Amino acid sequence: MLDIDPRTSILDALRNHIGLTGTKKGCDHGQCGACTVLVNGRRINSCLTLAVMHDEDAITTIEGLGEPDHLSPLQAAFVRHDGFQCGYCTSGQICSATAMLDELQQGWPSHVSADLEAAPDPTDAEISERMSGNLCRCAAYPNIVDAIREVAGGGK
Amino acid sequence: MRPFDYRRPASAAEAAADGAETGTAFIAGGTNLLDLMKLEVMAPARLVDISRLDMGEIEQTEDGGLRIGALVPNSDLAADPRIRRDYAVLSRALLAGASGQLRNKATTGGNLLQRTRCYYFYDTAMPCNKRQPGSGCAAIGGFNRIHAVLGASDHCIATHPSDMAVAMRALDARIETLAPDGSSREIPIADFYRLPGQTPHLETMLTPGELIRAVRLPPPRGGRHVYRKVRDRASYAFALVSVAAMIRIEDGVIADAALAFGGLAPLPWRDTRIEAMLIGEAPARELFALASELLVDAAQGRGSNDFKIPLARRTLAAVLGEACELEIAA
Ligand SMILES: Cc1cc2nc3c(=O)[nH]c(=O)nc-3n(C[C@H](O)[C@H](O)[C@H](O)COP(=O)(O)OP(=O)(O)OC[C@H]3O[C@@H](n4cnc5c(N)ncnc54)[C@H](O)[C@@H]3O)c2cc1C
Ligand code: SF4
Ligand code: FES
Ligand code: FES
Repeated sequence: MLDIDPRTSILDALRNHIGLTGTKKGCDHGQCGACTVLVNGRRINSCLTLAVMHDEDAITTIEGLGEPDHLSPLQAAFVRHDGFQCGYCTSGQICSATAMLDELQQGWPSHVSADLEAAPDPTDAEISERMSGNLCRCAAYPNIVDAIREVAGGGK
Repeated sequence: MRPFDYRRPASAAEAAADGAETGTAFIAGGTNLLDLMKLEVMAPARLVDISRLDMGEIEQTEDGGLRIGALVPNSDLAADPRIRRDYAVLSRALLAGASGQLRNKATTGGNLLQRTRCYYFYDTAMPCNKRQPGSGCAAIGGFNRIHAVLGASDHCIATHPSDMAVAMRALDARIETLAPDGSSREIPIADFYRLPGQTPHLETMLTPGELIRAVRLPPPRGGRHVYRKVRDRASYAFALVSVAAMIRIEDGVIADAALAFGGLAPLPWRDTRIEAMLIGEAPARELFALASELLVDAAQGRGSNDFKIPLARRTLAAVLGEACELEIAA
C-alpha cells in the first residue's frame, strides 16, 4: 500500500515512489507514449492517470514483461532488429506493442483498416498506425516496425 | 497542479449530488482534465471520480438503437461489432482520434466534453475569454491556424476538437443526463453545445453537477458511412477539417444524407441546408460543388486559418463523391 498525494500520476508513483524507473517520462501530457504501461493488460499513458484511481488494478511495466535472461518475445525482437538508438522511448514502445498485438488478436480495427468488420492483418501500415501513439525522437521506426512485424507474424 | 480533494462516490446519484458543489469536476478517463490541471488551466478544488460507476455498457434499446454508457472507452466503442456494422461513421471517427493508449482511457462522456486545443487557452500567460471571461481573445489577431471559420464570435474563435462528437452529430445522438436533484433528461446533440457568443466559457447546456449517464443512438439509418479527417500528419493529430457523412442512394437519386463537420466551428457543425439540397437529386460533381459552396457561404477566415475555407469545400466534395461511388458500387 502506498500513501501518496492524490495528484501523483501512475508514472510518478512508479518512478519516484516505487523505484521502477523503466517507465520513462517524455512529455507528461499524453503526447509521446514513453510512459506507456499496461493496466489490467490494456495500454495507457501513465502520465495522464492518477495513481489513486487505480488502487485495485494490475499494472504491468517493462520490468514485468521479461528479465535480462528471459526476454519477452517483443523485447528479444527489439534487440535483434536494433529497434532503438538512445532507448528512451523503448520501454513505452514495447509495452505499447505488447498490448497492441492483443488488440490485433481481438480483431480491433484501426484507422487504416479498409474493412471495419474483417480480421486485421499485421501489415506495416497497420503496425505504424496502431503504434502512432509512441514517438521515437531517434526515428528508429523502420526497425521498430520490423521487430513488431516479426512477432506478429505479418508480411510487409 | 493545485491540490484537490478526491472523492469516489458509490452511485451516479451520489456523484451528481457531489458534483453540484462549486469547484467540483468529474473525472472519467482523465486524459483531458489532468492535462489541463497540470497546466493549471483548470484547477478544480474537488475531483469526483466517476470511473468505477456502472456506466460502461452498450445496450440495445427498445426502439432498435443503442445506449452507450458514458464510461464506455473510445477503443471499446470503436471495436464494438454493432457499431462497426451499423454505425461505421462512429467507429471511423473514433479510430481517427488520438492514439491507441488514449482511446483505451478516454470515455464517451469525457470525449464529448473535452476542451478546445486553442494554444492560448492552454497558455495561462495569455488573455483568453474561455479560460478567464472578460480577459480578451489572443487568437483573434494572433496565430489562429487551427481556429474556427464558422459559428465563431468576436469573443472566441476556438474549435471543438472531438472527432467522435462529429459522428454523433451526424447520427443524431441524444445525451442522457442525471441532475443532482435526481431528475434525468435527454438532450439532442443538436441542442447540447452552445455557440460562444459573448460567453465562450459556457460550452454546453449542462447545469452544475449534471452527469452524463449515456449517449443514445437512434436505430441504424443505413447508407454508406464515411469519415474523412484532414490533419497535419497521418495519425495522432487533431482535425483541421473533418467530415462525417452518411449517404443512401435509391433508384439513382440520393434518398438520405446526413453530414457533420469537425475542425471548422466551436461545436460539431451541421448544416441541414446542404442535406436538403442533396436529397432527391442524382449524384453529380456539379451538385457536390454547389453543396460545398453552401457549407462555407457564411465562413469567415481570421488570417492564418483562411486556408480552411477552400479545404472544407474540397473535402466535402471529395467525401460526397466517395460515399456515392461506394454506394453505387455496392
Ligand atoms: C495527445 C492527445 C491527442 C488527442 N487527439 C485527439 C484527436 O485526434 N481527436 C479527438 O477527438 N480527441 C483527441 N484527444 C482528446 C481525447 O479524445 C480526450 O482527452 C478524451 O476523449 C477525454 O475523455 P476522458 O474520459 O479522458 O475525459 P476526462 O479528462 O476525464 O474529462 C473531460 C471533461 O469531461 C467531464 N466529464 C467526463 N465524464 C463526464 C460525465 N460522464 N458527465 C459529466 N462530465 C463528465 C470532466 O469533468 C472534464 O471536464 C487527444 C488527447 C491527447 C492528450
Ligand atoms: S479562441 Fe477562444 S479559447 Fe482561444 S484564446 Fe480566444 S477566447 Fe480563448
Ligand atoms: S510522458 Fe506520457 S505520453 Fe509522454
Ligand atoms: S530510441 Fe531514442 S527516442 Fe526512440
